Amino acid sequence: MGEVKLIATTQSLFCTRVEWALKLKGVEYEFIEEEDLRNKSPLLLKYNPVHKKVPLLLHHGKPIAESLVILEYIEETWKENPLLPQDPYERALARFWAQFLGDKCVFGAWEAAHKAEGEEKTKAIESAQESLAFLEKQIAGKKYFGGEEIGFLDIVAGWIPHWLSVMEEVGGMKLLEAEKFPLLHEWAHNFIQIPLIRECIPPREKLLDYFNASISYMRSLATNKQ
Amino acid sequence: MASEDTVKLLGFWASPFSRRVEWALKLKGVDYEYVEEDIFNKSSLLLELNPVHKKVPVLVHHQKVISESYVILEYIDETWKQSPLLLPQDPHERAKARFWARFGEEKLLLASSGAMWSLGEEKERLLKLAIEAMEKIEEEIKGKEFFGGESIGYLDVALGWISYWLPVWEEVGSIQILDPLTFPATTSWAKNFLNHPIIKDNLPPRQKMIPYFHERSKFFSSLPPGWIKI
Repeated sequence: MGEVKLIATTQSLFCTRVEWALKLKGVEYEFIEEEDLRNKSPLLLKYNPVHKKVPLLLHHGKPIAESLVILEYIEETWKENPLLPQDPYERALARFWAQFLGDKCVFGAWEAAHKAEGEEKTKAIESAQESLAFLEKQIAGKKYFGGEEIGFLDIVAGWIPHWLSVMEEVGGMKLLEAEKFPLLHEWAHNFIQIPLIRECIPPREKLLDYFNASISYMRSLATNKQ
Repeated sequence: MASEDTVKLLGFWASPFSRRVEWALKLKGVDYEYVEEDIFNKSSLLLELNPVHKKVPVLVHHQKVISESYVILEYIDETWKQSPLLLPQDPHERAKARFWARFGEEKLLLASSGAMWSLGEEKERLLKLAIEAMEKIEEEIKGKEFFGGESIGYLDVALGWISYWLPVWEEVGSIQILDPLTFPATTSWAKNFLNHPIIKDNLPPRQKMIPYFHERSKFFSSLPPGWIKI
């Protein structure tokens, strides 16, 4: 079906979601590590001139950027193991929650993590937990967001079991409290046990280093502004 | 008409987001009941139907509820398969359409509306970002009559606000983004888009838009800077 290349970094949750989709569909691909995002490769700059970001999928030499756009492309190009349901309404629901999870939730959690202790941090944590509460409702009665098998939404939510727990550690906070979100907590546990899922996640130490460095940098920017 | 076939759309007259859903429905010839929502005094219906974002547009079809305008557009395309097909057939072309629709929203629209209601340095910053974003849109439309090719499609509907809301924002904010000399292809596309029979009969009145956005500007410019996340 033509050469597939993925330009990515191992620690990016946006990149891992693409890997999960490719692996679920049994698509062979070449992983091209973007070593240093502060010094972007000519390949990345050539094929994603608009955003200059990972992940970037190259198929038949044509680039596709933005992780959710890439997921839809993968779904439409390789028809085995469908990730999205057939019914247009179920698809709309999956897309709606993917948008919510993909942006609002990730950045909400990230914001809560990097804020220093105080009122702003407490507010950010509350806001992030409101988002988790919506997700808790969505998983009710199902093993995975996709039903009996994982699907599109599980992949997009997949940052929660691993990346969120690292954000919690570096940010000195607890968002996914088991007592508050028992269903989501259980989903997270089930999801991360799946071998195909587990084999793509970056080592925890690497993520910890990466997030710690980001947080120090962001906090130093904040103090410099004052 | 059976009641379960009823399509209901909650919208707001000045919102480019609910208008784009109307364009899609009308292009497909789908009958719908329009419900005007006062977004400054949200109805219990809206809050019940869209508890996550509490925003318009919200589409209700067969009593199923869909929100977020781009999600609604894809739902419309998949449910009513008659011409025109909004999204292209080829997966790579579909990916490009989705990519540019997101870009239009996250970069150009946020920066343009932000530049309208900001002041001073923040205004300059956002204006610069808007113009940079417009340069990329210009590249995409060059050589084409519509973003969809020879006929209107998903991306035209997604970016259609450029043709009508942007000139209003430029006037209200005393800014210029869509300079016809710098962006001739986009300017020409905007004219074609506005001339389309479905579009031209489905636009909010300009004389109402100007005072409305002036009022909104006054409100937003009174907020401390930094709330616009771009």
